[in-house]
Amino acid sequence: MTAEAQKAADEAQENAAASPETEAPKPVNVGKIKTILAANEGARMRMWLSICSRCGLCAESCFFYLAKDKDPKLSPAYKAIHTIGKMYKAKGEVSREFLEECKEVVWGQCTACRRCTMYCPFGIDIATMIATARAVCYSQGIVPDGLARTTENIRTTGNQMAMATEDWIETCDWMAEEYGEEVHGLEIPMDKPGADYMYTVNPREPMYYPQDVGMAAEIFHVAGLNWTMPSTGWDSTNLAMFAGDRVVATIPVKAMYDKALELGVKNIVITECGHAFRSAKFEGPYWVGIPGGKPPVPVIHSVELFRDIMREGKIKLKHKFEHKVTYQDPCNVSRNGGLWDIGRELVNMLCDDFVDMTPNREHNHCCGGGGGFIPMGPPYKKRRMESGKIKAEQIRATGATHVIVPCHNCFDQINDLNKEYDLKVKVVSFKEIITEIMEIPESMIPPEEDEEEAIQAEEEAKEAIEKGAMEEAGEVQES
Amino acid sequence: MAMDKLYEFLTGPALWITVIIFVGGLAIRLAWLFGLSQERDKPWHDFKSAVWAWRSIIHWVLPWASVSSRNQPVFTGAVWVFHICWIGVPLFLGAHNMLFDEAWGWSLPSLPDAVADWASLAVIACGVFFLVRRLSRPEVRILTSAWDYTLVLLALAPFVTGWLAFNQYGPYGLMLNLHIFLSEVLLIVLPFSKLAHMVLFFASRSAIGYEFGTRRGARVW
Ligand code: HEM
Ligand code: HEM
Ligand code: SF4
Ligand code: SF4
Repeated sequence: MTAEAQKAADEAQENAAASPETEAPKPVNVGKIKTILAANEGARMRMWLSICSRCGLCAESCFFYLAKDKDPKLSPAYKAIHTIGKMYKAKGEVSREFLEECKEVVWGQCTACRRCTMYCPFGIDIATMIATARAVCYSQGIVPDGLARTTENIRTTGNQMAMATEDWIETCDWMAEEYGEEVHGLEIPMDKPGADYMYTVNPREPMYYPQDVGMAAEIFHVAGLNWTMPSTGWDSTNLAMFAGDRVVATIPVKAMYDKALELGVKNIVITECGHAFRSAKFEGPYWVGIPGGKPPVPVIHSVELFRDIMREGKIKLKHKFEHKVTYQDPCNVSRNGGLWDIGRELVNMLCDDFVDMTPNREHNHCCGGGGGFIPMGPPYKKRRMESGKIKAEQIRATGATHVIVPCHNCFDQINDLNKEYDLKVKVVSFKEIITEIMEIPESMIPPEEDEEEAIQAEEEAKEAIEKGAMEEAGEVQES
Repeated sequence: MAMDKLYEFLTGPALWITVIIFVGGLAIRLAWLFGLSQERDKPWHDFKSAVWAWRSIIHWVLPWASVSSRNQPVFTGAVWVFHICWIGVPLFLGAHNMLFDEAWGWSLPSLPDAVADWASLAVIACGVFFLVRRLSRPEVRILTSAWDYTLVLLALAPFVTGWLAFNQYGPYGLMLNLHIFLSEVLLIVLPFSKLAHMVLFFASRSAIGYEFGTRRGARVW
C-alpha cells in the first residue's frame, strides 16, 4: 500500500482508538472508512473480491459452519461477501446498523484461523478480508468491549494487561527465588546483553500463572542456555491485531524489536502462545515498516526452542510422560506458522503414547478461542462453547487423557470445553510436561535439604502459586 | 441473405473487436493488478518464489490433489472435465481450425470430430451438473446470484449452439450465427467477470503460495 494511504489509514485508526466506546446512535465517519478500504485495496483484495466462483468449497472447512448444523450463513464466503464485500460495494458508505451487524460476524463468527484459505481453489484469504472489515468497524468504535479494553491497555502501558514494569520484574525475581529452591543456581537474568535467547511472554503468565515464568526459567537453566528476560518489550502478545488497530498493534512489536536490538540478542523466543508468534514473526515487520518483511532479529516459537533443547540432549528425562496425550495444533503455530512437524517431534520425544486428532497438522480445526475470542469474554462465551463443539469432539475421539497445547488461547478454550463437554482431560503446556519429567543434574540439586524436604518444598511452592493464581483467575477472563 | 450478411459481420469486424477486447482486457487487467501489487501488496513481492507458486498452482490444477478437492470428489471431477474440454475443444476443433487456416494460413492439429462432439456434450453435462449443484446445496445456493447463473449459462452457450450447428439440428444458418454471436458475447464479458479467473487463478494462487509457503513454510492444499 502507498505510504500516504497507509499513513492516512493509520491516522484514521488512531483517532478512532482515542474513543473506542462511542455511543451507539451516531453517524459513521465515511471518510475514515474510505481511507481504510483504499489502503487495503491491493491487487490481492481486488482479485479475491472479484474471482470468488461461489463454489462453496470453503464452507466445510469452517468450524463455525460445521458446529451449527451447516448453517449456510456461516460459510466463509458468505461472511466475507456480506461484510467486507458490501463495504467495498458501497464504497464505504455504510450505516452504523450495518456495521453493528458486521461486528457480530467478523468477531462473533470468525476466528481468523485461515483454514478456509487452504480449502478455496483460488486461495482467497477470507481471514485477511475479515481483518479489514474489523479495522473498518473498529474505526467507528464498533468492537467487542473486551478487545477495546485490552487495546486501550496496550496503548497506555505497552502491554495488554496494563502490568507495571516493576511488577513484571518483581514477578521474575519472585519466580527465580521460588524455582531456585528446586534448582540450585537458577536465576532469571534481566536485560543480559548478547544473550542467545530473549524470552518474551504473555502477560497472563506474570499476572495469573507466574509458574509459567518459573518453569521456563527452570528449563532454560537446566539446559544451560545463555538467555535473558527483557525488562521492557516482554509482552509478545498482540490483541490490537485482532481488534483491528494497526497503530496500537505496532506498539508492543516495536518495543520487543527495539529491546532485542538494544541488547544485541541472537533470537527472540515467543512463549507458548500462537497469535504472539504470528504478530512477532509475520505481521510485526510490516507494521513497524521493515523492508523485506522479516523481523530484525530471528523470532522463534517455544516449540522450536524446546525441540532443539531436547534434540541436542541438553535436557535428560527421568522417564517419558506416562499418559495418553494428544496435541492441539494452534492455528498460528501450525497452519500459519509451519511448525506442525516440529510440534510432533517434540511430543514424541517427551511422550510414548501419542494419538493425533483428525484432522491434524495444518488442517487442524481452530479451537474456537482464537482471533480475539477469549478476551472478548463473557458476552461471547456461549457462542465460543457452541462453535467449540468440533474441537471437543475431535479431542474426545482420541481417547487421550492429556491435551498438549502450546498456546494460551487454545489453553483457555480447551479448558472451558473440558468443563462444558465433560471431556475429562487435563490441558497441559510443554513447559509443564518437560519440568515434570526432566532430570535435574546432580550439580543443580540444592545442597542442604535432603530429598524428602526438597520434594515437600516443591509441592508447597506449587500449591501456593496455584492457589494464588486460582483466586485471581476466578474473576478474570483475559489472556 | 440476411444470415449471410450477419455471418460476414460476425466473423469479420465483430470477431476482431472481440479478440481485441478479450486479449486486451485480460492483459490490461493483469498488468494493472501487477502494478497495483507492487505498491500495495508488499508481502507478495517480498516472498516471491517460483517453487511455492508452482506447488500452490499444481495442487489445484490437478484434480484431487488438494484435501478440499477430495472432500467433493464428484464435483472436482466435473470441474476438471469441464475445464479441459472447455479449453481443448474450441482450440482443436476441426471447424475452428479451418477458419484459423483461412484467416491466418496456419492452424492447430484437429481433434476427430466425433471426439470433439462428445467432449462438447461433456461440457454441457458438467455445466448442468454445476447448475443443479448450485440449486441443491444450500451453502452454494446462498452464495449464488442471478449473474452467477447467467455466467454458467453463458459459458455453456457456445457448446450448446456449436453442438446443434455441427449436428445440423435446427436451422443451421441461424444456429451458426447464434453460436458465433454468443461466443463473442462470452469472450467480451470474460475479462471483466469472475471468469477472468482463467488468468487470475494463477496470480491469486501464486500470491497465497508465497504467503503461506515462502513466508511461513506452510502448505495450502
Ligand atoms: C467467436 C468465434 C467463433 C466462430 C467463428 C466459431 C465457429 C464455429 C464453427 C463454424 C463451428 C462448426 C459448425 C459446423 O460444424 O457446421 C463451430 C463449432 C463449435 N464451436 Fe465455435 N466458433 C467460435 C467460437 C467458439 C467458442 C468461444 C467456443 C467455446 C468456448 C466454441 C465452441 C464450439 C463447439 C463446442 C462447437 C461444436 C463442436 C461439436 O459439437 O463437434 N466456438 N464453431
Ligand atoms: C486455465 C484456465 C482456468 C483455470 C485454471 C480455472 C480454474 C477454475 C477453478 C479452480 C474453479 C473453481 C472450481 C470450483 O468451482 O470449485 C473454476 C470454476 C469455474 N470455471 Fe474455471 N478455470 C480456468 C478457465 C476457465 C474458463 C476459460 C472458463 C470459461 C468460461 C471457466 C469457467 C468456469 C466456471 C463456469 C466455473 C464455476 C463452476 C461452478 O459453477 O461452480 N474457467 N475454474
Ligand atoms: S478464517 Fe477460520 S473461522 Fe474464519 S471463516 Fe475461515 S475457517 Fe471460518
Ligand atoms: S471456496 Fe473460494 S471461490 Fe469457492 S466460494 Fe469459497 S471463497 Fe469463493
